[in-house]
Amino acid sequence: MDWEAILSNTASWLISPETIAYALAALGLAVHFGYGGLLNFGMAGFMALGAYGYAISILTFGLPWWAGILVGCLASVVFAFILGIPTLRLRADYLAIVTIAAAEIVRLLFTTQVFDAVTNSADGLGNYHEGFRAANPFPEGTYGFGPWTYNANGWWVRIFGIGLLIIAALLVWLLMRSPWGRVLKGIREDEDAVRALGKNVFAYKMQALIIGGIFGALGGVVFALPSAVVPSVYVTSLTFFIWTILLLGGAATVFGPILGAVIFWVIMGFLSNVLPAMASSGLLPFMSTTQAATLRFIFVGLALMLIVIFRPQGILGNKKELTFVKQ
Amino acid sequence: MSSNSSSQSPVKTTGLHIGDAAPGVAKVDPIIIADNVTRTFGGLKAVDVEHVEIPRGAITALIGPNGAGKTTLFNLLTGFDKPDTGTWTFDGTRLNGIPAFRVARMGQVRTFQLTKALGLLTVLENMKLGAQKQTGENVFSSLLKPLWRKQEVEIEERAMEILARFKLDTKKDDFAASLSGGQRKLLEMARALMSSPKLVMLDEPMAGVNPALTQSLLDHILNLKTEGMSVLFVEHDMHMVRHIADWVIVMAEGRIVAEGDPETVMQDAAVIDAYLGSHQDVDLGVVTGRISGEKTAEVEDLLAEIDAEVGLTDSSAYIADTPTDDTAKEEDTK
Amino acid sequence: MSSPHSVPAPRRARTILLFFALLFGALILQSASAAPAQADEVGTEYDFYFAGNVKYDSEPLEDVNITVEGNGYKADVDTDAEGKWKIGVPEKGTYTVTLDEETLPEGVIVAEGSASVESEIALTNSKIVNYFLGEGVRETTSFFDQFVERTVNGLNFGLLLALAAVGASLVFGTTGLSNFAHGEMVTFGAVMALMFTNLQLPLWAALPAAVVMSGVFGYVLDTGLWRPLRRKGIGIVQVMIVSIGLSLLIRYVYLYFIGGGTYQLPGAGEAGINLFGSVTLSITDMISMATSAVVLLAMAWWLVRTRTGKATRAISDNPSLAAASGIDVDRVVRIVWILAGALAGLAGILWAYFRPGIKWDMGTQILLLVFGAIVLGGLGTAFGALLGSLIVGLLVELSTLWIPSDIKYVGALVVLIGVLLVKPQGLLGRKERIG
Repeated sequence: MDWEAILSNTASWLISPETIAYALAALGLAVHFGYGGLLNFGMAGFMALGAYGYAISILTFGLPWWAGILVGCLASVVFAFILGIPTLRLRADYLAIVTIAAAEIVRLLFTTQVFDAVTNSADGLGNYHEGFRAANPFPEGTYGFGPWTYNANGWWVRIFGIGLLIIAALLVWLLMRSPWGRVLKGIREDEDAVRALGKNVFAYKMQALIIGGIFGALGGVVFALPSAVVPSVYVTSLTFFIWTILLLGGAATVFGPILGAVIFWVIMGFLSNVLPAMASSGLLPFMSTTQAATLRFIFVGLALMLIVIFRPQGILGNKKELTFVKQ
Repeated sequence: MSSNSSSQSPVKTTGLHIGDAAPGVAKVDPIIIADNVTRTFGGLKAVDVEHVEIPRGAITALIGPNGAGKTTLFNLLTGFDKPDTGTWTFDGTRLNGIPAFRVARMGQVRTFQLTKALGLLTVLENMKLGAQKQTGENVFSSLLKPLWRKQEVEIEERAMEILARFKLDTKKDDFAASLSGGQRKLLEMARALMSSPKLVMLDEPMAGVNPALTQSLLDHILNLKTEGMSVLFVEHDMHMVRHIADWVIVMAEGRIVAEGDPETVMQDAAVIDAYLGSHQDVDLGVVTGRISGEKTAEVEDLLAEIDAEVGLTDSSAYIADTPTDDTAKEEDTK
Repeated sequence: MSSPHSVPAPRRARTILLFFALLFGALILQSASAAPAQADEVGTEYDFYFAGNVKYDSEPLEDVNITVEGNGYKADVDTDAEGKWKIGVPEKGTYTVTLDEETLPEGVIVAEGSASVESEIALTNSKIVNYFLGEGVRETTSFFDQFVERTVNGLNFGLLLALAAVGASLVFGTTGLSNFAHGEMVTFGAVMALMFTNLQLPLWAALPAAVVMSGVFGYVLDTGLWRPLRRKGIGIVQVMIVSIGLSLLIRYVYLYFIGGGTYQLPGAGEAGINLFGSVTLSITDMISMATSAVVLLAMAWWLVRTRTGKATRAISDNPSLAAASGIDVDRVVRIVWILAGALAGLAGILWAYFRPGIKWDMGTQILLLVFGAIVLGGLGTAFGALLGSLIVGLLVELSTLWIPSDIKYVGALVVLIGVLLVKPQGLLGRKERIG
C-alpha cells in the first residue's frame, strides 16, 4: 500500500470544495435544527436549488456569476416559504416529512426529460465556469504546499468558499448571541411557552428556515463551482450525511458543523483510499475493492446511530445542553 | 398539601359583582367578557359557556372536576385554541381570531398546567425572553449589538429584581431544566411578570409543587393583586382556593354551574354535585389500574375524561412516558 | 401468546443476528453466480461494431431485440440483463439499426419514429446507438382503455403500498417513531426473496420464507435496537435520527452484498393476459392484488376483533393510559414490529414484481410514498394509512395519463403538501388539543 499517497489524498480533503460545501449546509442545518428545533430533512433540496439556480442563470439567462449565486439564494428563499407556510404551524414531524418529500420533488424535476432544454435532465449541467474564473484574482499557475497544491482556479474556488463559510459562521454567531437567537432557542424548547410570552413564533421559525436555507443554497453553489451540477447528487442520502456532520460536530454550536464536515470528509477520504487498497492487497479477505469502498458508507450509518444514542450533543456541544428536547 | 398557618389571612376583595351571584353574573369592572363560547372535540362539547365575566383587580379561581373544560376555556381565551362559536373581549378589545402571541402582547399572559420552563435556556435567559418590545428580537437589528445593548442591560436589571423576589437570583446561570418542579413553576410565573401583564392566567399553579414551596407561591399570587394585576387561575386544591380567591367560578361538563365568593360557593349544592356526584362510587385504584377490579361504566367514564385531559400528550414521549408526573421528568433531566 | 422470558433477550438476539449473518453469507455465494452476464454480442470476429445500452427510467431492459442491417450484412441480438448489446459489422459504412418495439416490456415504446435509425461508422471503429424510451402510449390504445389499465395498476400499487404503510403507521401509533428505515424493511423482503430463489427454492416456498424472515427482521430490530432505546428513555426526535442512521447502514449493507445492479425474481415481467380492449393484466399482477387485499383484510380483522389488535389501537390512542390500564405495551409493540416487518417484506416482494426489479436503494423510493400515504390518511391511524395508500397508488399511476412518467411521483408528493395545507390532520385523523 502506498501510504504516502493515501495520506496526501486524505489531507487534501481538509479544504476541499466538498468539505466547504457540506460545512455551509451543516451550518444552515444548525440554524434550523440545532438552534430552532426545525426538523428539516430537505437540505439536499436547498442545495440543489442553489447549485441549479447558479448554473441555470448563467447558462440559460446569461447572468453574471455573482447574480447566479443570488438567484440560487432567492430560489431557496422561495422554497423555504413553500415548505414553511403549510407546515410550520403543524407538529414538528410534519415538517420532517414534507421537507424530505419536497427535496425529492426538486430532484425529480431537475432529473426529468420534460425540462431537458434547461436542466439537461439526468446528465446535469457544466461549462458555466467562465465568469467565475474570469473574476479570479489569483495569478496563473500551480502552487501551494504538500497535499494542498492547486492551480489558480482550484485556489479561487476554495478561498471563495472559505470566505462564504466565515461570513456564514459569523452571522450565526451574531444571531445566536442576540435576543433573536434567544427567542429561537426558546422555540426549540417549547414553542407554546414562547407564544404565551408574546412572540410571533411562526415568523421566527420562518426566518430561521430562510436563513438556514440560504446557507444550504450557498453550500450547493460551492459544490457546483469547481465542476458540474448532476441531479443524482441531491438525493436523500446527501441530507442524511449533512445531518451526520451536524450531530457529529455539535448541533447547537457555531464551529461544530464546520469541524464535523472536516472530520467527516477526512475520514471518508481516508477510508475511500485505504479500504480498497487493503482489499486489493489481500488484507480484507472475502471482499472485493468495490465492496471495500462501500464499507465506509455502512460506517457512516453506524456512526450516526452511535452519535445520536451516546453523544447527542456532538463533539463541541455542552454536556448539559443535550441538543434533543424531550418534548 | 397546602398550608396557610404561617401567614395571616389575606385581604379579600369584595363587591365585585352586580346583583345576585349566579352563573354569568355581571361584574362591576370586568376585564374579560365572554359570550356564547363553545368548543367541541369529536362530538363532545368541551366548553359551552353562555356568558362569563372575569373581574378586574381580583383573584378569580376557576374550579371544577377533571374534564370540566377549564384548560380548554383557558386555551380559548388566550388564543391557543379556536372556539366553534362565540365572542370574547379582553380589556374592551375583541379577541376573536387574534393569535395567541398578540393576546399575550395585549397584557394577558398565561402559564401552563405542565410547566413549560425552557429547559436548555438558563434561568436568566428564560426571564429575558419574557420582556416585550425588544429591539434585538428583530432579525436585522439583532446583528448590531449597539442597537440593543442598552435595552438588554435594562431588561437584565428588571429580570434580576423579579428573580430576587422569587428567590431564584442565585440560580440565574443554571439551566431551567435543573430546577425542581416547584422552582420551575415559580420561574414560569416570574417570567410572565417580565411583560408587565394586566391579567395573569395560571393553569394549576400548585400542581406538582413541593409543599415547602406552596406558601411562597401563594404569597406571590397575592402579591400580583397588590401590584394591580388581575389573576385567573385553575386549581384543584380547595384549601388554596378558599384561602386566596376573591371570586370562584365553577365549571362542570363544559358549563359554568356556579359563581360567587369562596365561602358561599363551597356550600353550593351544584358544586358538591359537580365534584362528587358523578364519581363518588369510583375506586380510583381501579381507574389507574393499580388495583385489579371490574371496570364499571363509571370507571370507563372517568377514564374517558382522563383521556380527554391527557390526550394532548399523545406521542409526546417516545412511549408510555407518564407526562403528568412532574417528578419523574425531573429525574430524567438530571 | 405467552410471554417468552425463558431465554435472556440479548443472547436470543445474538443467535438471530448470527442466523442473519449466515444467511447473508449464503447470499454472497449466490450473488457471485448471479452476477450479470456479459453484454450479448454477435459478430465479435469483426473489427467494427455497434453497441448500446437499452434503459428505461434508468432501469436496464433485458431481451430487447436489436437488428443491424446494411451493406449486404444483417445481424440481430437480444440485450442482456444490463440492457447492453453489441453487434460486430464487417466494414465501415452506414447501417440501419432497428429496435424491435414488440420486444419492449408492456407500456414502453421508443420515441416516435426513432425505433429505426441510420447510423454510420466512419472515423472510429465503433458507434454507440441509444434509444429514447418513453411510457407506452401506443397510438391504438384508447383513452378509456388506458384509464382502466392505469386504474388497475394504481390499485395494485396502492394495495402493496398499503401493506408497507399500515405497518409503518402501526409503529408510529404505538411508539411515536417515524421510522425512516421502513423503506429498507421493504427492500429486505425483496432481497430475501432473491436470496431464497437463488438458493433454488421453489417460488411457493421462497416467497413465504422471505416474508417470515422479514417478520424476524422486525423482531430483531425491536429487540436489538428499538426496545433498548425505549428503555433508555431516548426522545422521539433522537430515535427518529437513529432510524435514519439505520436506514443508511442497511441500505449500504445491501449494496455491499448485491451490488448496484437490478435483479429480477422468477416470473417477473411476464406477458399479460388480454382482458378487453388493450387492457392486459399478468397472472403475477392478479396474484399480487389478491394477496394484498387478503392480507389487508386480515390485518383489519386483527385490529378490530382480536385482543392484541384492540390493545394496539388503544396504545395508539393514548400510550400512558393504555399502560396504566394494564396492557403490556412492550409485548404489543414487539408484535407490531414483527407484523410491520412481515408486511413490509411482503410489500417488497410484490413491489419487486410491480416495478419490476430488485435494487439496493429501492426502499428510499417507496419510503416517501409510504410517508405520504400515512400523512394523507392521518398520522397513526392504520385505516387512514390504507386509504392514503390507495389514493397515492392511484394518483401515481393515473397521473401518467397527463404527465411524463419520470415525474409521476412528483404529483403524489405535491398532493401530499396540498392536503396538509387544507386538512393538516389528514383524511381520517383527529384534531389535537393543546394545553
